[in-house]
Amino acid sequence: MRIELERRPEVSRLFSLLSPVIALALTMIFGGIMFLLLGKNPVTALYSFFIEPLMEVWSLHELAIKAAPLILIGVGLSVCYRSNNWNIGAEGQFIAGAIAGSILPVVFYEWHSPLVLPLMLLLGILGGALFAGIPAFLKAHLNTNEILTSLMLVYVAQLFLDWLVRGPWRNPGGLNFPETRTFDPVSVLPEMIASGRTHWGFGFAILAAVAIWFMMRYTLKGFEITVLGQSERAGRFAGFSSRKMIWFSMLLSGALAGLAGISEVSGAIQQLRPVISPGYGFTAIIVAFLGRLNPLGIVVAGLVLALTYLGGEAAQLSLGVSDKVTRVFQGLLLFFVLSCDTLIRYKIKLVWSNLTGTATEGAH
Amino acid sequence: MKKILFALATTAAVIGFSAAASAADKAKVCFVYVGSKTDGGWTQAHDLGRQELEKALGDKVETQFLENVPEGPDAERAIERLARSGCGLIFTTSFGFMDATVKIAAKFPDVKFEHATGYKTAPNLATYNSRFYEGRYIQGQIAAKISQKGIAGYIASFPIPEVVMGINSFVTGARTINPDFKIKVVWANTWFDPGKEADAAKALIDQGVDVLTQHTDTTAPMQVAAERGIKAFGQASDMIKAGPQTQLTAIVDTWGAYYIKRTQAFLDGKWETTSSWDGLKDGILTMAPYTNMPDDVKALAEATEAKIRSGELKPFTGPLKKQDGSEWLKAGESSDDGTLLGMNFYVEGVDDKLPQ
Repeated sequence: MRIELERRPEVSRLFSLLSPVIALALTMIFGGIMFLLLGKNPVTALYSFFIEPLMEVWSLHELAIKAAPLILIGVGLSVCYRSNNWNIGAEGQFIAGAIAGSILPVVFYEWHSPLVLPLMLLLGILGGALFAGIPAFLKAHLNTNEILTSLMLVYVAQLFLDWLVRGPWRNPGGLNFPETRTFDPVSVLPEMIASGRTHWGFGFAILAAVAIWFMMRYTLKGFEITVLGQSERAGRFAGFSSRKMIWFSMLLSGALAGLAGISEVSGAIQQLRPVISPGYGFTAIIVAFLGRLNPLGIVVAGLVLALTYLGGEAAQLSLGVSDKVTRVFQGLLLFFVLSCDTLIRYKIKLVWSNLTGTATEGAH
Repeated sequence: MKKILFALATTAAVIGFSAAASAADKAKVCFVYVGSKTDGGWTQAHDLGRQELEKALGDKVETQFLENVPEGPDAERAIERLARSGCGLIFTTSFGFMDATVKIAAKFPDVKFEHATGYKTAPNLATYNSRFYEGRYIQGQIAAKISQKGIAGYIASFPIPEVVMGINSFVTGARTINPDFKIKVVWANTWFDPGKEADAAKALIDQGVDVLTQHTDTTAPMQVAAERGIKAFGQASDMIKAGPQTQLTAIVDTWGAYYIKRTQAFLDGKWETTSSWDGLKDGILTMAPYTNMPDDVKALAEATEAKIRSGELKPFTGPLKKQDGSEWLKAGESSDDGTLLGMNFYVEGVDDKLPQ
């Protein structure tokens, strides 16, 4: 017996819209069963996971802070993935942007000017874009696989950052600890709203999402991206260059990842450390797909994923469950979202006899 | 309107009062862990301390913890969450939580904070650390007795004062037994990475060391030592299970004593900010049983431990020279804590260049 996925002739619009809701409901049910098996009240557990973090202002701010890099990177990646360029190295571009932007507050720390912050952001964007330019160049001119090259460059960026903060950029007054000097207030990204810590990184994320959404929907560039992504041949007939598209999509996603990197460092950490990201660049890939590669969907997906992190902490405290439960919960959510989406587009077909299957195929 | 305001104010006052009253007879003590509470090393030692605290103070105390908290903005959020959830006393147990703890402490002046191994304090923020180097001095003496070749291998994490201090203490102890004793150092650049630590152990053994010690947290080096048939020292937790025929002793972090002392002070309303740096004497650091060694070595180790405990012996006492041969401490002179806390030089006998 074999299981096959067969494309449905027509995709139900209703279920396409409902799919995330069904997935969320299934996650709740199975999550509830898991909590029941752990001997916890599933209602309180789900409350502390999904509702508690939304009940307080400070917690909403934390949600925005956690979601900002995920959205910013995810939005950039959506352009890449839509155009069939598989940039897996956003984590590296995030770090490259953070390093490039930190040149000013770390090396030229005595320069205090209102120009510092805008220049930092610009350098961050450039750093991320240049770093993504490496796999773009390799793919466009040498036809290398960008999945491999962009992924491998993540380790290069991580180790370069590690070397910097232990070596030339180490804080001279920091007792040999591997970290740079802390940023001067002129180089710190200001808070957006008076009520809490949310910095402008979140603002950038929303702006980028809206801008990219607009581009994809209303501009020729957006059309070009979609066409080249779906069929390179058709794109060429329309006069679009897939080589230029490699450059465009990789540089754009690199720039946004770089902006996320410098925003995170300047807004939230205020110094460079050996590790500045708990894997935002990789989680953003999940966010991009969870948002179905739609920039506005990615905003929602980023917030949902951030919520599970915060909810996981709340659950650790109010229920005393291990933080591993959070991971299981995120896994459940992704599993159901992806399987719901798949099953709406495909149906499962059980093929009972392997032999007849091959025989008929052969006869065609 | 005025009445409502008054009523609200009274209610607030009553709530405030009852909160204060309950804080006096019951304390909520919270912990932030960088790793998993069952990591077999650093974080587990802190969690055992938390459990001891619960056992010792019974229903006068309630504890909570957050584990696997990454350093950076996540730490800030985790600490703030604890501060908001009614914790009166919060222990943040990794150096990397320092700036996050400082920020949140400034925001919540009524909550008391304690940060492990850092150097920034505030009126409501204390720091605490353990004189691990006292144990390493004893290890050095044992190593010098056991080693045939007079060379020990040292798997180090990061070139921060804490670790450099440990290396120097080990060599100083060893040289009281064998004045020509040397150590080789490998920087693993990690606190917790079984693969890297095992590689470092293999590299050191291949270079001819015949006793191994580590300032990283996994049992991997102990296992490599066991495979290669040399002796080794455990770190942070008793690692005897990883090397029943291998472990000579281990430096065991026993934070419980400190947690009990500070929580009691908090309950009594006598908590004050300090920079505490206790050692063997105060029970914050204990030596795992001395095993796999001849009786005379064991007797020597026990005698040294007793002397450090009584204060008769201070590991860093002259005459001591720096690695370049210049004098550091004159005969009879002991190092002050300030020098130790900022230590960025080697003493004589270390076969390595300190990464600067």
